Amino acid sequence: MTTPRALLIVESEWRYYKRTWWSTVITTWLRPILFLLAMGVGLGTLIDRTADQALGGAGYLAFLAPGLMAASAMQTAITDSSWPVRTGIKWRKHFWAQISTPVTPDDILNGLMIWVFIRLVFVSTAFAVVIWAFGAAPLDRGLAAVPAAVLCGMAFASPMAFLAAWFKEDSTMIALFRFSLIPLFLFSGAFFPIDRLPDLLEPLALFSPVWHGVDLCRSITLGTPLALPLWVEVGYLLAVTVVGWWAAIRRLRKTLNL
Amino acid sequence: MVESLVVGRGLSKKFGDFTAVDNIDFDIHPGEAFGFLGPNGAGKSSTMRMIGAVSPPTSGRLSVLGMDPSTEGIKIRGRLGVVPQEDNLDRELSVYENLLTHGRYFHMKRAEIDVRIVDLLEFVQLTERLDDRVDLLSGGMKRRLIIARGLINQPELVILDEPTTGLDPQARHVVWDRLYQLKRDGVTLIITTHYMDEAEQLCDRLVVMDRGRIVAEGSPRELIERYSTRDVLEMRFAADQHRHAMPIIEEVAERTEDLPDRLMIYTHNADEVSAELARRGVHPVSTLIRRSTLEDVFLRLTGRQLIE
Repeated sequence: MTTPRALLIVESEWRYYKRTWWSTVITTWLRPILFLLAMGVGLGTLIDRTADQALGGAGYLAFLAPGLMAASAMQTAITDSSWPVRTGIKWRKHFWAQISTPVTPDDILNGLMIWVFIRLVFVSTAFAVVIWAFGAAPLDRGLAAVPAAVLCGMAFASPMAFLAAWFKEDSTMIALFRFSLIPLFLFSGAFFPIDRLPDLLEPLALFSPVWHGVDLCRSITLGTPLALPLWVEVGYLLAVTVVGWWAAIRRLRKTLNL
Repeated sequence: MVESLVVGRGLSKKFGDFTAVDNIDFDIHPGEAFGFLGPNGAGKSSTMRMIGAVSPPTSGRLSVLGMDPSTEGIKIRGRLGVVPQEDNLDRELSVYENLLTHGRYFHMKRAEIDVRIVDLLEFVQLTERLDDRVDLLSGGMKRRLIIARGLINQPELVILDEPTTGLDPQARHVVWDRLYQLKRDGVTLIITTHYMDEAEQLCDRLVVMDRGRIVAEGSPRELIERYSTRDVLEMRFAADQHRHAMPIIEEVAERTEDLPDRLMIYTHNADEVSAELARRGVHPVSTLIRRSTLEDVFLRLTGRQLIE
């Protein structure tokens, strides 16, 4: 049996990653450690002094850690799906080399999504280890939250791949990062419960996949009840992933098979 | 009659309102080097992308290796070699990794690719650079590497889009030499170029494209015979001096082209015309006598120069 062509793309992403892996060490290991130190341990000691039931009764570090796990999966997914698509079309241009072979735009997108999935599993597992080391969650509960974080990441990966293929200019994408993804990160429920948001903004957060990811991860590590039924939260993340995937494939076909 | 490897009939490609390729017909036979000559924007690259089964034609019929690119693109691309105009090598990867990655897309086994890489690097004279990062290669070396990459799957048909654009003369000759070798090995080559010397050197047969249309077809020799004279005199005059000489020149020349910086005089016997003009008092600042080239054919057909 011949290898599916999408896996040949995964193979070449891996070959490329072996050359550039060091640049991801900081985001994979250092970012969670720094965030947990600054926000969880530093800020957390102040917050815990005025101990608030809004955090579900646990310490701030334990509240923050699963939220950051989901938010961090989101960030990894965004960078690992948007830039490769952007550079594949415009800078490294390797997509053009790939489609001159039996590889199709569909294979490229599928391969890339599989690769992002693998990266998310790795990054989220690393995160589970870090929060365990900080004493913010037992290792088994942290690992149990990995699938939720990965799903949350995928719900960003495929729509971002679509946007990256769709935008004409890099600056559009950078603007998107600045003005929407950073607020998404800050107001995702990772740092504080969204019921603290102004009433107008609260329903908006419900549409953000990252909030569902945060809620799922937190309920797994802390045992807090989910805000919505499990099938709604998982179903929503899956639906966003699938729709984004479909849109990204269509867009990539249009761009490459012009 | 040999069966054609590539057949285009009434082939067109439109991007919105813009017609890049306008109703062209062509036949490319096995073992020949076939050229698409024309200036930038003539529709050559769009035609190459259609033949390469990565861009569906807007209308018309296209057959590549006996297959229809719109339904059997994957099969076609598996048997094609493509050397793109743009350098899309992976700079961060080594020469070896670039070739390996590309070979894998054709479902070749690693061991098979390794053997092939040794042969290919020898062929493009890059054996010593196997483990070097592509970043470290010169422009000419990168071009040769892209050619090697396009040959990884032992294609029977190779598409080369502007294979020597941007190279210095020495590097161009090395590339030409390798392409000759491929031709001798029986590989069919499709070459686009806006260099008439490249087309003359490499192509057995070619079509001249302008604004999406094919304006002439034949071997370089045939085209020159059909559309130009044997000789050309290129005369330069001091400011507007030649206006007075024009009636005399037009009397003795087969045809003239008045370019901004020089006057082209087409004739079958340059020496005779040159002597005659001198006798009748026409004294240019300088005169260059040369044989007609495809550049002259293009000028005749379109009224413009290839490289503007």
